Amino acid sequence: MIKENKELTENIAIKAMPLPEKAYIPLIQHIGRPCDILKVKINDTVKTGQLLACAEASVSSPVHASISGKITAIGEYAHPILGKSTAITIERDINLTEEQFPLLDKSRINSFSPDELRLLIKNAGIVGMGGATFPTHIKLSPPKPVDSLIINGAECEPYLTSDNRLMIEESEGILKGIEIIAKILNVKNIYIAIEDNKAEAISVFKNAILNTQYTIRVLKTKYPQGAEKQLIYSVLRRKVPSGKLPLDVGAVVHNVATCFAVFEAVYKNKPLYERLVTVTGDILKNPGNLKVRIGTPVKDLISFCGPLKKEAKKIIMGGPMMGIAQFSDDFPVIKGTSGILVLSEDEVKEAQEGICLRCGECVKNCPMGLTPALISMAVASEKWDLAKEYGALDCVECGLCSYSCPVNRKIVQAVKYAKTKIKR
Amino acid sequence: MDNLIVSTSPHIHRKESVSYIMWAVVIALIPSGIAGVWIFGIGALWVMLAGVFSALLFEALICRLRGKKVSILDASAILTGLLLSYNLPANVPLWLPVVGSFVAIAVAKQAFGGLGRNIFNPALVGRAFLLAAWPTYMTTFIKPYDSITAATPLALLKEGKALNLGQMNLSYFDFLTGGRGGCIGEVCIVALLIGALYLWVRKIISLHAPFAFITIVALLSWIFSGEALFKGDFIFAVLSGGLILGAFFMATDYVTTPLTAKGQFIFGLGCGLLTFVIRKWGGYPEGVSYSILIMNAFVPLIDRFVRPKRYSP
Repeated sequence: MIKENKELTENIAIKAMPLPEKAYIPLIQHIGRPCDILKVKINDTVKTGQLLACAEASVSSPVHASISGKITAIGEYAHPILGKSTAITIERDINLTEEQFPLLDKSRINSFSPDELRLLIKNAGIVGMGGATFPTHIKLSPPKPVDSLIINGAECEPYLTSDNRLMIEESEGILKGIEIIAKILNVKNIYIAIEDNKAEAISVFKNAILNTQYTIRVLKTKYPQGAEKQLIYSVLRRKVPSGKLPLDVGAVVHNVATCFAVFEAVYKNKPLYERLVTVTGDILKNPGNLKVRIGTPVKDLISFCGPLKKEAKKIIMGGPMMGIAQFSDDFPVIKGTSGILVLSEDEVKEAQEGICLRCGECVKNCPMGLTPALISMAVASEKWDLAKEYGALDCVECGLCSYSCPVNRKIVQAVKYAKTKIKR
Repeated sequence: MDNLIVSTSPHIHRKESVSYIMWAVVIALIPSGIAGVWIFGIGALWVMLAGVFSALLFEALICRLRGKKVSILDASAILTGLLLSYNLPANVPLWLPVVGSFVAIAVAKQAFGGLGRNIFNPALVGRAFLLAAWPTYMTTFIKPYDSITAATPLALLKEGKALNLGQMNLSYFDFLTGGRGGCIGEVCIVALLIGALYLWVRKIISLHAPFAFITIVALLSWIFSGEALFKGDFIFAVLSGGLILGAFFMATDYVTTPLTAKGQFIFGLGCGLLTFVIRKWGGYPEGVSYSILIMNAFVPLIDRFVRPKRYSP
């Protein structure tokens, strides 16, 4: 139903982006506490992969140097989600040799216990790389046993193709990462879920899993198939009750890119200092899937994929359905940056909001079975209890209601607002 | 890079708009209009044009008076005028559809706040007003392919002048092709079904309300409308009057029917039950219009308490 626009980049092989002159590493790139223990100070020389900051709190994730060079500033800098946050600026020193993280012992997984693996993953700064950025080591320590692990390769957001390319080009690493996660969680049922618009990735994985116990689940291409609750339902036919977590139904979901990062942390001792980013949009001359160092300014990415055929009117971190529009192109790539989408004026024209026709499109499309139109009307009259009754808190914010509204009502926006107002 | 637009997600939008939906419904009504002119003569065309153009005029005028953007091109006024005239006999004086359009647009739609805010189906409010004010004009029908007046099959039944199709000199085939007395747009069932199919295929309407509406009328008529229980002529009940027009084109109106599939089904059940009650025991031979109007009033209540199944990806 939604125009996917994945053809812009889905067949373009991963390219490594040249190292940036400067990298800006925000102290918070995850859900949880910011890193409050600085391990470096201004004028220090750091090497790629070196720990920059961490936190005492357990729901947090350390950050590492993504290039070798000198710390030139520690202070406020643009942040794609928070607007501004404290960041460490590293200026690259070309005289320093780049750190290498080669593949170590092939059976490394056997030399660690689950607890040791968890610590390794925590220290490598790994977070959920599909965009949620929840610290992975927390998700790997469920308070009760789980029986199923779902690997999310759905990548249902339009335009984005980095997970797709990763599955095509790095299947072996992903599978090793899955093995590590499965060992930590001690689960037997392992599903790899891929949407059926990724034929190449599906065939690569079908071959790759031949000698494993894993199951591939080819899912219908239907946004928001990759949303956690939808994915669990599609794969296991289990419903996560309102206000509960996946582990309450015995399931854990990890993104393919997270699995790959786990593999690199364990088999290469490599912290999370780079990731794949789809840089795309009709107005980019050379869109692609780039391997980018964390902290690289996004304007570097856009000029690397340019030139622009038209003036950019909107820059989005993430996809067009759930991504975040940016005030400028001067912000760093962070651990959750799965894509950068550049749109021109004709693509972002804001249509005037009309009166609800009660056509029911939002109701038909809501993956959570809510009545978004009624929630938005309750919000308009500030009836928060009614908004809650209509299920505002269960909204996964996929944006299909606003997308499909013929009179351009800002429905999901109203629901998000309601969530901040409802007393839980 | 500056002057960037910053807004919350989603950042892309489906292309379909209000006028896309309204025009689709207008297109779906065309076969039935052509059939009406074919059956009742060119007079039917003048009634339709009077209805449509006066509706457009009143819409533009009142939007101007209210200081709103004139939105006649979204086709909703065209649709109201068209539906109103489809609910009139072909031989009414031309000022009748004009007055009807005024009531529909000015009273039922704009006085409530315009498209999206009206509680009752505007075309049906217009018709109800005309029926109350000028009952003779509204209940004098002409015979198909002729200019003499004739009663509708339901009126014959109500007045006890005919008890079955044989006594009316009609067959089911006459009903399908529209060869019977009635309103301009309600008689040709085949044309209406073509339009309904078109809307359903294009996913403009869902069939929950029409299905419930028609099924309940058929079921109750079969059980209670015959000489004995379970002897009623349910095919006659379904094909006569304005049931097909009402069920597919007015019980599916977005603004005045429930939001959810379950709600629409309940709405259809209510319409069907009321239609049967009015036909069987009411003072009027036909009850489709009134039953839809009555159920319109229940829509907020239905939406308030009927919820779709949560979390059904």
